[in-house]
Amino acid sequence: MRNLLKLKRNRATVWTACALVIAALIVLPFALATIGTAWVRITNLAILYVFLALGLNIVVGFAGLLDLGYIAFYAVGAYVYALLASPHFNLHLPFWIILPMGAALACFFGVLLGAPTLKLRGDYLAIVTLGFGEIIRIFLNNLSQPINITNGPQGITLIDPFRIGSFNFAQRETIAGLDFTGPIKYYYFFLVMMAVVIVINLRLQDSRIGRAWEAIREDEVAARAMGINTRNVKLLAFAMGASFGGVAGGMFSAIQGFISPESFVLVESVMVLAMVVLGGMGNIWGVILGAVLLSFVPEILRYTVTPVQEALFGRTLLDPEVIRMLLFGLALVLMMLFRPAGILPSAVRKRELETPAKT
Amino acid sequence: MTQVLLSAKGITKRFGGVQALSDVGFTINHGEIYGLIGPNGAGKTSLFNVLTGIYVADGGEFLFDGGSLANMKPNDVARRGIARTFQNIRLFGNLSALENVMIGRHVRTHAGVFGAIFRNGATLAEEKAIHKRAYELLDYVGVAKRANSLAKHLAYGDQRRLEIARALATDPKLLALDEPAAGMNATETSSLKSLLHEIRRDGTTILLIEHDMKLVMSVCDRVLVLDYGKKIAEGTAGEVQKDPKVVQAYLGGDVSLNLKGTT
Repeated sequence: MRNLLKLKRNRATVWTACALVIAALIVLPFALATIGTAWVRITNLAILYVFLALGLNIVVGFAGLLDLGYIAFYAVGAYVYALLASPHFNLHLPFWIILPMGAALACFFGVLLGAPTLKLRGDYLAIVTLGFGEIIRIFLNNLSQPINITNGPQGITLIDPFRIGSFNFAQRETIAGLDFTGPIKYYYFFLVMMAVVIVINLRLQDSRIGRAWEAIREDEVAARAMGINTRNVKLLAFAMGASFGGVAGGMFSAIQGFISPESFVLVESVMVLAMVVLGGMGNIWGVILGAVLLSFVPEILRYTVTPVQEALFGRTLLDPEVIRMLLFGLALVLMMLFRPAGILPSAVRKRELETPAKT
Repeated sequence: MTQVLLSAKGITKRFGGVQALSDVGFTINHGEIYGLIGPNGAGKTSLFNVLTGIYVADGGEFLFDGGSLANMKPNDVARRGIARTFQNIRLFGNLSALENVMIGRHVRTHAGVFGAIFRNGATLAEEKAIHKRAYELLDYVGVAKRANSLAKHLAYGDQRRLEIARALATDPKLLALDEPAAGMNATETSSLKSLLHEIRRDGTTILLIEHDMKLVMSVCDRVLVLDYGKKIAEGTAGEVQKDPKVVQAYLGGDVSLNLKGTT
């Protein structure tokens, strides 16, 4: 509602801004391709992180349930895709069938995690979810015996790319005089998917269900006394969040062509959580910004740390890998010190700063 | 014609060795303002918590509007038509006053995830109705001007009123208020008094825990007095304040209690 009112006030400005952003997003991959196709790939991964961050935002930002094992749902989605579209089982189902299946299975796992943890909050919930994430990863690592399901630590290779009829997303093509590489094709598909996910999130937030989530985050006892079935509403948050993770996992499998349990370690969960917190918990645009920043900044540092050192000291003093994480960690610490509510705090937190406290 | 809305029989609750409630029974009629008083620790809030399903009673049963409330979860009790406020205000602090009341409508509305995502006609109409009703209720309790302020930034008295509005949003048959006048000044209390009368006039029965005796004696039709988890008296305000057991519980001695019934 609040956002709607603001939109009405300066509709023209908003539409121009939207048009500009969309135009920029359409031109972006070609601009990046001139620097190197690697950057288009990085952008695609950044979009997947936006997916993940938005999914986790439902659980952490809206419902206030701290989840440290979120990457497990990403893994479930990724493995569903990999197993059903690779020579491993010699199954090659089309992606539009597998992605919903991945989402559904991730959703099921979301409920599986949610059900026993209904009465836990805060630190205790974090520990259980952390354990859950590790259990999934260890399962994936060891489900190669006695029946080889996941191929263990070797992972699954030669995963099919997305195909619609004869249109193959991984193949380089020239359409209308433009050079479409595989990553660029995926980029456009991911962009459309991301737009859909953003709209779903915005609508969920401003709905009866979204308000129920916020009520649980604020005060669970009061929420129950107001007739909110906290069990169902919490499970719904876990299920919705997990299914976004599942879809993102399937997309990840397809662009990588190879997955192994190593892609789904705890640090990934922590990274996605950092995106949500850094961007501004509960604010969809903040979370998107957090995801984009945290995906790009380490990559930018990877390519700039060495040249900068050489320009300053004439030689490379520190290994780029080491200093990259050092700077990255420092940036996070500074962010949290100076903007504890995130880069773009949620509307609620912003209002909190605007209105003087009254007691 | 009086009709029983809520009847309690033999309500018992123990916390370890503490007998919080023992064999408490009473009935509340439709359209009544029913007071619940007693010294600190008498078991008033415990009784509220058992009634609203937050605690499970060790014995006894509530019959509400023709059905038992046994083994009901707080959200089921709210659905059945009992809404409450809390002694230590429990609003959704980081949400606006309006959103707080809108959340109160949750239990009487139906839109699910698909409605939220596709925004079909029914969902949009429902959202509009929720919004309208929430504004009406804010206006009704007198905090409409602060609709967009965060609940935690409202003045204390307004927070109490907002909690009442949120409870009313669930369309309750029985409104259970836990010390709504606590911490209010005389002006705020007197406007609370007229709000209570108005709520009753609009057809909602009220169960009121209150320490402000002037308020209790002036608004309540009947009063139940608890002490150490036991019912020691029940009756009209006038009867109860003359009861020697009540005087004993409040003052600890054989003194006469002079409470004015009007302000």
